[in-house]
Amino acid sequence: MTVLQKKPDNPIEHLSPEDIELIGKELDTIRQEVRDSLGEDDAKYIRTVIDVQRKLELGSRAVLLFSKFPPAWLIGTAGLSVAKILENMEIGHNILHGQWDWMRDPKIHSTTWEWDMASPAEQWKHSHNELHHTYTNVIGKDNDLGYGIMRVDEDQKWHPMYLAQPVWNFINACFFEYGIAAYDLELGKNLATKKRRNDPKFRAAAKQVLKKIRNQAAKDYVVHPLLSGPSFLPTLAANFTANVVRNLWSHSVIMCGHFPEGVETFEKTSIDGETRGEWYVRQMLGSANISGSKAMHLMTGNLSHQVEHHLFPDIPSNRYAEIAPRVKDIFDRYGLTYHSAPLYKQVGSAWHKVIRLSLPNGWLAETTPKNAPAQVVKLVRMTTGGKKVRRELMRAAA
Amino acid sequence: MTATAPRPAAARPPARKALRDRVFKFAELVTTPLLPVDYLDLFDPLRSGAALRGRIEAVHRETRDAASIVIRPGRDWLPYVPGQYVRIGIDIDGVRQWRAYSITSVLDRADGCFTITVKAIPSGKVSNHLVHRAKPGTIIQLDQATGEFCLPEQVPAKALFVTAGSGITPVMGILRNSVDQLADTVLVHSAPTAEDVVFGEELRRMAAEGRIRLIEQHTDSAGMLDARSIAELVPDLHERATWACGPVGMLEALEEHWASVGIADRLYTERFRPRVLVTGEGGTVAFTKNGTTVEADGATPILDAAEEAGVLMPSGCRMGICYGCVLPLREGAVRDLRNGEITTAEDVGDGVLIQTCVSAAAGACAIDH
Repeated sequence: MTVLQKKPDNPIEHLSPEDIELIGKELDTIRQEVRDSLGEDDAKYIRTVIDVQRKLELGSRAVLLFSKFPPAWLIGTAGLSVAKILENMEIGHNILHGQWDWMRDPKIHSTTWEWDMASPAEQWKHSHNELHHTYTNVIGKDNDLGYGIMRVDEDQKWHPMYLAQPVWNFINACFFEYGIAAYDLELGKNLATKKRRNDPKFRAAAKQVLKKIRNQAAKDYVVHPLLSGPSFLPTLAANFTANVVRNLWSHSVIMCGHFPEGVETFEKTSIDGETRGEWYVRQMLGSANISGSKAMHLMTGNLSHQVEHHLFPDIPSNRYAEIAPRVKDIFDRYGLTYHSAPLYKQVGSAWHKVIRLSLPNGWLAETTPKNAPAQVVKLVRMTTGGKKVRRELMRAAA
Repeated sequence: MTATAPRPAAARPPARKALRDRVFKFAELVTTPLLPVDYLDLFDPLRSGAALRGRIEAVHRETRDAASIVIRPGRDWLPYVPGQYVRIGIDIDGVRQWRAYSITSVLDRADGCFTITVKAIPSGKVSNHLVHRAKPGTIIQLDQATGEFCLPEQVPAKALFVTAGSGITPVMGILRNSVDQLADTVLVHSAPTAEDVVFGEELRRMAAEGRIRLIEQHTDSAGMLDARSIAELVPDLHERATWACGPVGMLEALEEHWASVGIADRLYTERFRPRVLVTGEGGTVAFTKNGTTVEADGATPILDAAEEAGVLMPSGCRMGICYGCVLPLREGAVRDLRNGEITTAEDVGDGVLIQTCVSAAAGACAIDH
């Protein structure tokens, strides 16, 4: 894949500027209709989800007090994993988007909510809501593309260190919440120079994150195990497992949102003076959905409707399913591709891309069982050789 | 050497409180990032220590468009004084709405509840909901009772109450509790018809028992009362301490008359409706903490106008999606530039949160920032 503007078959070439503005108007209409129809049922929905989640968490943690008995460990760990997933996805993520601010309930509001996650809500809202949702899939602007540690596009120069990116990606998945916290802090950039390291703003933010992590870790790895008495170690293991399960799950869901093959990326200059219609089209082309059951949608926090979520990030998540057919209809009428596939396919596709881009451009596609030995030799030479060798071999391949 | 002043024993928190604080601190470690109360609220929203709430226990119809709502308050509800009002927050169509209503019940009800009495006003979202659709069992938000429209400790020898429509409600709270402490009470009440008099039966009974003198004015047939006719109906008016509650026009007329005869200090008034808003396009935006005032037109987002004037504003996407710019609206109204929707700071200013990047001033307004 390469940025949309450099593609020989630009997927929006057939759209006139008027078409693009018409798309914008149609989407605005849908948005307004949903906003106008929000009411008691929606409020009841989010309160019920919160109620169920809290009771599930309480129940699971109560069962884990006896976690030295294997069945209790299994039930408690499973319950806690589900509770943690619900808390992060359908509840936390969506409330922090301001999806429920219209209820004017200060307890369920984007400005007051805090979540079970290493990154403080405040910092996450900035990097996610402001940066990622505004600059979705713009290379160099949207750091969600590979979180600054991965090669996410053919246009990024290949370097041997990227060979390890499938491993990094997996480690990042296991400890995703810490990855997000580091990313929200722009840790890489801010640790790079002494000036940035000593910037009081950065130091204050880092302190805030450390405090949050300390509290979260103390709860899961000290306080609850201690409360479990003789079940100290099993409870600690259960909490660790639940956190890793939650991290792997949310990482997978989020990877499916913008990473599967076929999802477009954009050039920095392409968004200068972007109109509302153009912004909408970028969101349409830059997101992918996960198809599945109601339970799947709930557990993904309705990020399974990533397309709808990116078009209307502040529309309550329980409404995405109902507007999805209308959104898809717009895609169809304007000849755009609505990416949607089951979870295993999207996860597979996203991982395929991670692996493909960990290798030099074209390497994976060119490799057949027949030429495999030669390809491996080439890869080894590119890895061990210097810049010059790499450039020559790349040119030879092209 | 510095001497350490011994701490007075009384300043030290009692051991029980210290223990309780420690238990709470520990409970916070268990529930972080939520608070223990977030879990306790699931099971007992009215318990002591919770945010103040109440439960609607019953709704009694008073007239065709008025009802008394029996509310069981949370355990932290404090004693109140008859004549005071309470702010309630109720979710209507999923949106929390705050309004103030007078308390009309007797103190020390056996069941520990209190009542507010609500008259449905045309197109009044909350009043119509409370009168016609409120259901027992509903949990509502409460503030502690407040208000100055009460009898003084030294009860006056002669009292006059002038009310119209739902203006009777705070006076009913006073009469039900204190009528027998008042030696000489006159109530002048206006309503469209005899059936429209809220608490009509009870008031007439009080009058029949000689506890008050009741003057009913049925305005559909007899027209409105002006201040001069009240003075004629109550000739010893200047000897009385007067409490008045009703429409703004009536109160202004009374204030004028009382001032003109030099007894303005003997008139106490209570207003229900907030000041009428100027909902024209654009207006003056005041930032209450910052102290800056900005002139903004109806097409410019408040965020832009404020920044232009040098106010340091929180901001984010500037297109209405990230909520990084949200601030509480203390007074006035703003218009959502995306759909023309008006958001108004209700009542005494509930600080409704607005997105400054997509909201323009719709008349003068004040923002907490």
